[in-house]
Amino acid sequence: MANLASTFAGIKSPNPFWLASAPPTDKEYNVRRAFEAGWGGVVWKTLGEEGPPVVNVNGPRYGAIWGADRRLLGLNNIELITDRPLEVNLREIKAVKRDYPDRAMIVSLMVPCEEEAWKAILPHVEETGADGIELNFGCPHGMAERGMGSAVGQVPEYIEMVTRWCKQYSRMPVIVKLTPNITDIRRPAEAAKRGGADAVSLINTINSIVSVDLDNFAPQPTIDGKGTHGGYCGPAVKPIAMNMVAEIARNPETADLPISGIGGITTWRDAAEFIVLGCGNVQVCTAAMTYGFKIVEEMKSGLSQWMDEKGHESIDAVAGRAVPNVTDWQYLNLNKISKAVIDQDACISCGRCFAACEDTSHQAIEMSDDRVFTVKDDECVACNLCVVVCPVENCITMKELAPGDLDERTGEKVAAEYGNWTAHPNNPSATAAE
Amino acid sequence: MTHSQLTPGVAAGRLPRDSYADNFSDLHAPLTAHEAAVASDRCYFCHDAPCMTACPTSIDIPLFIRQISTGTEESAARTILEQNIMGGMCARVCPTETLCEEVCVRETAEGKPVEIGRLQRFATDTLMEKGVHPFARAASTGKKVAVVGAGPAGLSCAHRLALKGHDVVVFDGRAKAGGLNEFGIASYKSVDSFAEREVAWLLEIGGIEIRLGQRLGENLDLDALAADYDAVFLGMGLAGVNALRADGEDKGNVTDAVDFISDLRQADDLPALPVGRNVVVIGGGMTAVDAAVQSKLLGADSVTMVYRRGKDRMGASLFEQDLASSKGVRIIYNAMPVAVHGNGAVQEVEFEYTVDDGGKLSGTGERFFLAADQLFKAIGQTLTGAPADLTVERGKIVVSETGRSSRAGVWAGGDCASGGDDLTVTAVAEGRDAAEDIHTSLSVKE
Repeated sequence: MANLASTFAGIKSPNPFWLASAPPTDKEYNVRRAFEAGWGGVVWKTLGEEGPPVVNVNGPRYGAIWGADRRLLGLNNIELITDRPLEVNLREIKAVKRDYPDRAMIVSLMVPCEEEAWKAILPHVEETGADGIELNFGCPHGMAERGMGSAVGQVPEYIEMVTRWCKQYSRMPVIVKLTPNITDIRRPAEAAKRGGADAVSLINTINSIVSVDLDNFAPQPTIDGKGTHGGYCGPAVKPIAMNMVAEIARNPETADLPISGIGGITTWRDAAEFIVLGCGNVQVCTAAMTYGFKIVEEMKSGLSQWMDEKGHESIDAVAGRAVPNVTDWQYLNLNKISKAVIDQDACISCGRCFAACEDTSHQAIEMSDDRVFTVKDDECVACNLCVVVCPVENCITMKELAPGDLDERTGEKVAAEYGNWTAHPNNPSATAAE
Repeated sequence: MTHSQLTPGVAAGRLPRDSYADNFSDLHAPLTAHEAAVASDRCYFCHDAPCMTACPTSIDIPLFIRQISTGTEESAARTILEQNIMGGMCARVCPTETLCEEVCVRETAEGKPVEIGRLQRFATDTLMEKGVHPFARAASTGKKVAVVGAGPAGLSCAHRLALKGHDVVVFDGRAKAGGLNEFGIASYKSVDSFAEREVAWLLEIGGIEIRLGQRLGENLDLDALAADYDAVFLGMGLAGVNALRADGEDKGNVTDAVDFISDLRQADDLPALPVGRNVVVIGGGMTAVDAAVQSKLLGADSVTMVYRRGKDRMGASLFEQDLASSKGVRIIYNAMPVAVHGNGAVQEVEFEYTVDDGGKLSGTGERFFLAADQLFKAIGQTLTGAPADLTVERGKIVVSETGRSSRAGVWAGGDCASGGDDLTVTAVAEGRDAAEDIHTSLSVKE
């Protein structure tokens, strides 16, 4: 059996599945149940500074978009950090950590961008026995207007400064949680590293308006006729998150910085994808909020089965394995040529490939009077759109031409050697091939 | 000599040769990978799921379906088999329409449940086709357990005991292991020798020896077993058959439905198996339906099932009743046999209509006759060969929740024991639970 045990930024957990800082980790009751259900660790919902806690709205806090059969694809929330007193959270964190010493207990923090505020809260957290802290520089609503959350995460200098304070005033590993509401995710990651961060985690939620009530002309969730932008998460954000993770993982400046992957992770496969893109572990929230804590069982069994089947013995053995294969467009091999092939036995003659290709692409599919669809090799550019729109898995596939084969579209033979845009004759700034 | 459906009497080869294979093919075709993906996608992953509660073996149905939907059928199979080692057979024979699928929230919402049975088969078939046995034995305990009966209860018990490191010897009276899975289920529910393959696969755990032709009360003795083994589990089922108690029952071509079903399952050549032109089956359970439907599939011209009570009291599920009707079986409710007429062999059966007055059955006096060249009795099986020193009530060995009989060191489960319905899945659960209790009991000794 594959070993799912994880050591992330020096923090051990029996598996790489942590619950992200969010409502599921807001209190002792939930976290105990999560650990009983088998989660490897939790990031406790963000604590604020001492004193009267923040207040939340008392209307709807969530909005969503759904796919077919009302499958939840994207979730949007306007909830703030914990609205329970600091001392209550600290007491509970200590009690839970004491009873579950093998699980990772990370405490998410968000206090004003002042050295004294951070200096004040860190000893309290350290006293709980927590394994580490996560700096919430990502929350895009409510707290940002008060100069916290993503307001800090959008300014690399602030990230560096606060991270440095945390390293200075605490012995705990520091994970910096990044906001995706920024142009270039590499900059805040670099700042975190300069500040001494032990790891980064991403993504936090994305600024969003998830739907609009067309009767009341108000964004949803609507409270007393008004709505505000919220933080978007769930399966819909996974591609955005994975790109940001990969950008940090392949940036030479931050390549050795551990990454905790967050963003729509729902199945073992999602987790595996984040891990091979450079994550040391993953954090989950929306899947648990949609299906309950038990969802982790499938993630563990699936990851374990995949690793066993492929002979991967540990998380470390697969972490980052896809990073060398993430490159810039200009380095993609222009000499690899494929053609779409339609499996006539599998085809159900819906014609979607034809509509897509004929109307919006390269007019490379032919339709006969009796609804037989065939690819015109002399038109096909192998764009893959027909594969994407085909409702039957593996009905349309891409067949790669061998070197020396004739590409009927260009009338040229397929070259055997690698050739990219940087050396292409059409590129005005082409350099000689290396 | 070719016969047709109209050939009088009992005759073989009533149908064109090539129609037998079609008639006895899989009742529910296996799901393709795409169908399984679509079917599994419909599961809501309910909390504290009703389907799981309804399953006698408490399989974590939402989890295994989710594992199918994420492309890990082997993990799904493991989830199933950890609870029910005969999950492959149960996927084929369970009356899911009265168990898991009946309570599926999709059934409540749309009248169309998630196809749990077929998904379970998809997962277990995938694993078995890979030739994988997903469990390994614990270190040997040096303890020996005797299991009587190689049916679902006995084999489930044996597997769990072997898993825990005990050595198990399974005794069975027949020439082949499998019990009712092998001998008592309609052919179209277990095609391609599935029962036999499942037993072979189950035995891959190791530590289980099968000894055939050994029957309790004949060449097997409980006292001797109790002396030679550290524990004994009885799962020998119900070998006897109830009598009609109607005049003329001893006439020719009046037989037990279980024997007909067994002969059919073991037949190498279905066209050579004789069946009546007019067949009458008496009874209202699964066995009656299996005999009636298969008579029709073998080429009987008319098949009539007669049940003494109303439709709602029938042991066979509504699905089974509809299946029988769709195959052309006529079902007559509220009638009981009075006499079997014929000159040597049965020619017609005389019935009397009944009224069911709150469970108390009485004849109305009105009678009718059904032509019959063959009459199958399917009015229940009975316990035979139970050791005299075991407490038996209502024809079943009395056992506790964990399968303990009235005699120390002897457990029982499956159809021969009290508790639960007479279903394959229930037998598997009882065998498993008894094994756990035997293991606990053997572990604390000394």
